[in-house]
Amino acid sequence: MDIFLQQLINGLVLGSIYALIALGYTMVYGILELINFAHGEVTMMGAMICIAVMGALLSAGGLPAIVVLALGLAAAISICMVLGYSIERVAYRPLRGAPRLAPLITAIGMSIVLQNTAMLIWGKQYLTFPKLFEPQRYEWAGAHVTSLQILIVVLAITLMGALLLLVHRTRLGRAMRATAQSPELAGLMGINPNTVISFTFIIGAALGAVAGVMVSAYYGLAHYYMGFLLGLKAFTAAVLGGIGNVAGAMLGGMLLGIIESLGAGYIGPLTGGFLGSHYQDVFAFFVLIVMLVFRPSGLLGERVGERA
Amino acid sequence: MGSTQRKSLLLIGMVTALAAMLAGCGKAGGPCAQKGVVCIGQVSPLTGPQAHLGKDNDNGARLAIEEANARGVTLGGQKVRFEIVSEDDQADPKTATIVAQKLVDRGVKGVLGHLNSGTSIPASRIYHDAGIPQVSPSATAIKYTAQGYKTAFRVMTNDRQQGKVLGEYAVRKLGGKSVAIIDDRTAYGQGLADEVEKAVQAAGGKIVAREYTSDRATDFAAILTSIKAKNPDVVFFGGMDPQAAPMVRQMKELGLKSKFLGGDGVQTAEFLKLAAGNAEGVIASSPGLPIVDMPGGKAFKEKFTAKYGAIQTYAPYAYDAANVMIAAMVKANSADPAKYLPALAEIQMQGVTGDVAFDAHGDVRGGAITMYRVKDGKWEVVETVRSGAEGGK
Repeated sequence: MDIFLQQLINGLVLGSIYALIALGYTMVYGILELINFAHGEVTMMGAMICIAVMGALLSAGGLPAIVVLALGLAAAISICMVLGYSIERVAYRPLRGAPRLAPLITAIGMSIVLQNTAMLIWGKQYLTFPKLFEPQRYEWAGAHVTSLQILIVVLAITLMGALLLLVHRTRLGRAMRATAQSPELAGLMGINPNTVISFTFIIGAALGAVAGVMVSAYYGLAHYYMGFLLGLKAFTAAVLGGIGNVAGAMLGGMLLGIIESLGAGYIGPLTGGFLGSHYQDVFAFFVLIVMLVFRPSGLLGERVGERA
Repeated sequence: MGSTQRKSLLLIGMVTALAAMLAGCGKAGGPCAQKGVVCIGQVSPLTGPQAHLGKDNDNGARLAIEEANARGVTLGGQKVRFEIVSEDDQADPKTATIVAQKLVDRGVKGVLGHLNSGTSIPASRIYHDAGIPQVSPSATAIKYTAQGYKTAFRVMTNDRQQGKVLGEYAVRKLGGKSVAIIDDRTAYGQGLADEVEKAVQAAGGKIVAREYTSDRATDFAAILTSIKAKNPDVVFFGGMDPQAAPMVRQMKELGLKSKFLGGDGVQTAEFLKLAAGNAEGVIASSPGLPIVDMPGGKAFKEKFTAKYGAIQTYAPYAYDAANVMIAAMVKANSADPAKYLPALAEIQMQGVTGDVAFDAHGDVRGGAITMYRVKDGKWEVVETVRSGAEGGK
């Protein structure tokens, strides 16, 4: 039982990260029906920037650890926001109204550009996340949890809650939902779709940056290549929950994390060693295929009017 | 937009993503056919998670080539200039065959590489068919030289020897009655893990879990949790440092107290950096002697560090691989692969890493395995296990 609990915790932490990144995909898809493949790379940028800034501050010295972390995070979020805005401005806006395949291809192009930019700036080495705090470890019914894991889950849930509030309770949220339904009609009602779309990218990028910092803090390292698989998993999570649906992305992310953990942990014993834990990544994509075949609109479907 | 349309859009998205993943690229090259120029290929992952190791090999080979050019080498009465042609195989077997063919087409006279076993094995067939000698500095999988290709050589001891030493060490020295094994499903990781498994069982230990991951993964919580349920004395990982570092960290976080044992993919400077405070007590092996004990180790380290910075792992082997190839060309007085291949098979050379000579399979003769342990954030030599002239099969 303690093993099951531990696997559930592992999955929850992984799932929170996926969910946070999935939001970026789903928000953009909800409004533009565009898969922003560069989003995984924005997440990677967030991690790299945070580490670089923290490294510079630490070598300058004199600042308490918490301030260093806060400044690193702030730098990552703000630079990623600018990045998110610029990506949309440069790669997607000129192609609005073009055939669907065109922005998809620029998205992939953007992703390659960002990856290589990161490689040129920070090199091919792994960057290590500086050890600022010794995480507290707690034991509960035989399962181990660290304070960092708790922080990741709590922060992710808080941010997701805040996003739901933003979408459903604010003027900007209402404008986003209106633009998602019909950009033209929203325009007639005095909403500037370009502003709304820019904000969507900025918010998505900020969430991605936070997720990137979380990933690198949790695993202790960051690499210019890390965004690719993370992005693919988060995209799967978004489709699983129902792409275009904010609550769906959260549910999809959490579910995917838990499916992966339980799958990797139990498939070996269950199949008598026939299938092993190397199928961990296969689960994610298997789930994606099953979902697309049997329920293409995702778990929560997409109720028009709620997407944003 | 209808759901069918949406489905097809998502599908296109995925296919395109896959295509982007596979699209390798390379640079168009100058002519190797020029008179007086001898092109030597070097292949290692220069991008992706193992790029730091790939660049290390590249630098090692480059240093040897530059020295040879500075020294001046005359083949068949003509002064030649060696030129290194570096290719990136991304540690991917499929890409490896593409770049191998590319090197053959460009007319290289020999190939140094590849870094990984998983890439060296499929590429070796292409070099064999083209009759081009291949010396891998670091591919240790048994299969590489067991295919019967006369063109495949390596300057590092193979996994059979290393796995045997590791397995025995786990049981006898670390008191490992129960051992859990994880590998990264690459030819290297899996091959080494299989050898360790055999050696552990032969030494009277028990394998309580066999788990798998990939060479791109960073999350091992799920497999470590299921290993924890078995409570093994030792966890062995067959794989590279980018995975080993987060793995030891996650072991600590999960309260898994087993000893962590790795192969030469773990015994790197990068591992210490990546694992930071969690590296303490980790034990790993490396083929060959510690760099300070290598016959030319100290001088090599000084030269290399002055030019390229810290040595990761395999640079001395890449350096020796390049030098042994050049020595064979000098001995045969020709850079023609058909002419210098027999000379390469019979070569006797004093290298930086030790004496380099090949057995009938193309494996390096003799060789030692050294065990290291992390103490105060540094790799410290525990012992060197010397073995006789046991290579190949």
